[in-house]
Amino acid sequence: MTSRANRASKPLMIASTGFVLIWVFIAAFPFVWTLWGSFKVQGDFFSKADWRYALNGTRTAIETGGLFTGAGYEGAWVQQEFWRAALNTAIVVLFTVLISLTLGTLGGYALARSGHNYAFWLLMIALVFRAMPHITLVSGYLLPFFEWNLWGHLPTTIIVLVAINQPFTLWMLHSFFLNIPKDLDESAKVDGCTQFQAFRHVIIPVMWPGVITTGLFSFLLAYNDFAVTSMLLSKDNQTMVPAIAGFLGSTFEEGNVMFAVAAVVSATAPLFVLVMFFQRQIVSGLTAGAVKG
Amino acid sequence: MFLKKLALAGAVTVLSGTTALAGCGLSAGNVNILGNDFAAIQAVVAGAGECAGDGVTVSANLTTEHRDLQVAALTANPAQYSAAIVANSSIVPLLNDGLIRSLDDLVAKHGQGLQPSQLITIDGKVMAVAFMANAQHLFYRSDVLAAAGVQPPKSYEEVLAAAAKIKSAGLMDHPVIMNTKTGWNLGEEFVNMYMGTGAPFFKAGSAEVAINNDHGVAALNMLKSLTEYSNPDYLTYDSNATAAVWEAGQAALGIMWGSRGGPILDDEGSTEEVTGSTVLTSAPTLMGDNVASTLWWDGFTISANVSDADAEATFVALVNGISDDVVRTNNDAAVWLSAVYEPSAASAGVSATAMSGANPYPMLPYMGLLHGALGAEITEFLQGSETAEQALADVEAAYTAAAKEKGFLQ
Amino acid sequence: MAHRTFFWFILPSLAAMLLFIALPLVSVAVQSLHIEHEQVLKVTKNCGPFGCKEETTVNAEATQMLRDQKPLGRFNGLNTYFDRGHLATAEVAQAWQERSSLGGFLADLYNLPLYKAIGFTLVYTFVVTPLVILLGLVIALGVNRVTPILKGPTIFVSLLPMIVTPLIGSLILFWMIDAQGIIGKSLQYLFDDPELSLKASPALTWMTLIVYGIWHSAPFAFVVFYAGLQTVNSDSLEAAQIDGANRWQQLRYVVIPHLMPLVIFISLIQLMDNFRVFEPIVGFSAQANATSLSFIIFNDLRGDVMRFNSAAATSVLTILGVTILLLPVLIRTWRDFKGKAI
Repeated sequence: MTSRANRASKPLMIASTGFVLIWVFIAAFPFVWTLWGSFKVQGDFFSKADWRYALNGTRTAIETGGLFTGAGYEGAWVQQEFWRAALNTAIVVLFTVLISLTLGTLGGYALARSGHNYAFWLLMIALVFRAMPHITLVSGYLLPFFEWNLWGHLPTTIIVLVAINQPFTLWMLHSFFLNIPKDLDESAKVDGCTQFQAFRHVIIPVMWPGVITTGLFSFLLAYNDFAVTSMLLSKDNQTMVPAIAGFLGSTFEEGNVMFAVAAVVSATAPLFVLVMFFQRQIVSGLTAGAVKG
Repeated sequence: MFLKKLALAGAVTVLSGTTALAGCGLSAGNVNILGNDFAAIQAVVAGAGECAGDGVTVSANLTTEHRDLQVAALTANPAQYSAAIVANSSIVPLLNDGLIRSLDDLVAKHGQGLQPSQLITIDGKVMAVAFMANAQHLFYRSDVLAAAGVQPPKSYEEVLAAAAKIKSAGLMDHPVIMNTKTGWNLGEEFVNMYMGTGAPFFKAGSAEVAINNDHGVAALNMLKSLTEYSNPDYLTYDSNATAAVWEAGQAALGIMWGSRGGPILDDEGSTEEVTGSTVLTSAPTLMGDNVASTLWWDGFTISANVSDADAEATFVALVNGISDDVVRTNNDAAVWLSAVYEPSAASAGVSATAMSGANPYPMLPYMGLLHGALGAEITEFLQGSETAEQALADVEAAYTAAAKEKGFLQ
Repeated sequence: MAHRTFFWFILPSLAAMLLFIALPLVSVAVQSLHIEHEQVLKVTKNCGPFGCKEETTVNAEATQMLRDQKPLGRFNGLNTYFDRGHLATAEVAQAWQERSSLGGFLADLYNLPLYKAIGFTLVYTFVVTPLVILLGLVIALGVNRVTPILKGPTIFVSLLPMIVTPLIGSLILFWMIDAQGIIGKSLQYLFDDPELSLKASPALTWMTLIVYGIWHSAPFAFVVFYAGLQTVNSDSLEAAQIDGANRWQQLRYVVIPHLMPLVIFISLIQLMDNFRVFEPIVGFSAQANATSLSFIIFNDLRGDVMRFNSAAATSVLTILGVTILLLPVLIRTWRDFKGKAI
């Protein structure tokens, strides 16, 4: 869609650019505001007394002597050991993505290549599974997990996240494999490969764009999950999102709220890096047909 | 406060190094504590942690999700936690399912330092040891009241009159603040207010609810009159929000938790004008001398599904967690139920409320269901879209459906 | 593909789903048909820091004996589904008989928790989903025109609303829309109304939640459409231009048909996710004015008393609701599938 077809009239260009600018502002403003506020004290961040405090840093100046303070970050990372939560998140996310993709690629490939009716019904059932509210699922897990001493550990949470994530992964990868020409693996089979060998030698090399895209959505699910991680992990194994909720607490204390704000900013930073890094792949994966419905 | 906390943490470490015996005289046992996450409980758990060593392990999971975990965690055999820190509402599900053990022998053996009033006895058996008290009561700004020319109110009628005067004098548009967030908080406000009518919540000896009457209407009407002097956002106000509004100096008459007293009176997050003139006092009365508030305690319970040795270790560790040393070092973190606790300005409201004859929050097995129904169903009345009678009828219907499902009503 | 090969390929994925979703699903369905045993109560003397009192307590041993005999509780058939907390058939019938007008009947209906939740859930789903698709498409078209150097950063910023945890994202916005917050103050200034508060009235709360929903989900639609735009055939565009099609016509007759499969995919995912709207309600403390099916479930499961049977019934109703909602899309997928099958 380049060349002549893309050349636009001037008013349209201005309208289009203006719209993108407005959207960029709307999308980014809350993040910029939080980043700015994370270097203030609570009185300024919430600015209940006067909203201009948030800009001027009036209370920050009174309470800390400077216009900016790193107290929130220090409290979260040093005092409350937020790095543990960050480490747990890294483990949970890494394994959830790896296992999700392994299971999902195999399953999605099978669903895409099987012409039988049951493949369709399996997909439909997967969709119904996806409709199940997570809160109900998690409450159901609690008793058996405690009973069998599985509760509180990272592997349990990883498996649960993988399972909850399977329907979406299967759907995406299935439609992605549909777009890889059937002839590829058929001809490999004619040459004497088994289905698995065909998959390994012919399909795996060409499937990466779709897998990366699906992986990113799995990543976001595991990274952002609250319902599962807050109920299934013990305090020592907590990931970042429940840890942030913990800073807020049921009776949050002065200062702790700013730990949460600083932690929110810290938790979003890796995502920035990730998106910067993978944005080309996300787009190319989707382009390659991962989501053709 | 930030610095103070660090200093406290330091003090605890020093104490543990000098006074406490490793193992607290125990030879073995696993202690694992489940509880809410706030300063007083952190102090107790840190105190219990001093008993670690010599074959005794102490660990804890302090989380805001503790209520959702406790039943499943203690039902497992062996239980995930040897102790659960509960309040007088959250002990009920544990009692209902028989998940906590009688502490009679342990109190006799290791509980010499405890006061009799700390022991929560159910049917003659000690089931929990309370260590702190809490209640919602009146906070007022003496300077604003003086400027409006009113005396500190004793009853809710006087609170309304004072609010009207403050408003008409142009001092504040929304002088009243309460924890009225739809859900548990709003339910608690109704429970408190209904306590002020002196009427019972349930028909004698049954789980049938008895609030759909004139007393219920009176309690609802008072709540509504108060919210007319509150910020229009009042249905989103929980304890965190109300404390922030108070610290910003935007309210003069607050019904807030006593545990907020310390943080509000300290110098962080607020101005001298607010902290200097904030007074904590008893909850107001509604009808006659009935104080419209409920008293709360926090205490520890020991799981039924753990070995006797672990139960003993847990009990000893937690008794160490509420020892005189812990209470002294953390005096202002809570209203401690301990002989060495020194009352302060921050605890004056809870003490006054308890002294004025307020009742504890009912420890009834079906109270939680009523609380939930109240929190969900009275919002529309406060917003003016239904009558008080309709709201109470809705509460009754919602409660009855829930109580049937849980087997309390047929 | 042979049945056997298919089986081995799908097995790990299927096993995970069966174990952690299907099994709980069956258990939830069974539990929704049961209620708890009759509680054996006794009156005891209870003492504490605030004095002694005669109170009713549960006779745990006696109740436990009942439970040991029948761990699931009492069979209740579909009664839980029809009680006041769920479909409330008796109340609805009564309201219908006593109706003074249709509006009065709807008001009575809205007074029942499940219908109140369904009301908001449906409005949210059917307002947010199309707007997300529309906004996502417009952003994608806009970003597609941005000069190549700025494209990367623009895409990155556009994705931000999607990648932050909904619970925390909505909490941050909740702080900002407070009457004293930056957005709240700006709106007061804009509408010249110093008392304006987005949290106070039901209508404004609904609008806030819907705007948040669009803001949060638009990036998902954007990224999918943007990818789709890269594959639009430029030959057909040029052909359209030569035929004298203006920009709008090109968009209408070439680009949009090309993106149609993506619209289906986004609708599918969005309808499903929006129907389960939950986190924004908690984050915005909006439960006074807006509840959803997931929120009712949350309410039943959290707090001092867990009402698992009731939550189970609501969950089953939610799944049925999603299935009905997705039926048109599913039928289409079935046709596609039959078309592709050999």
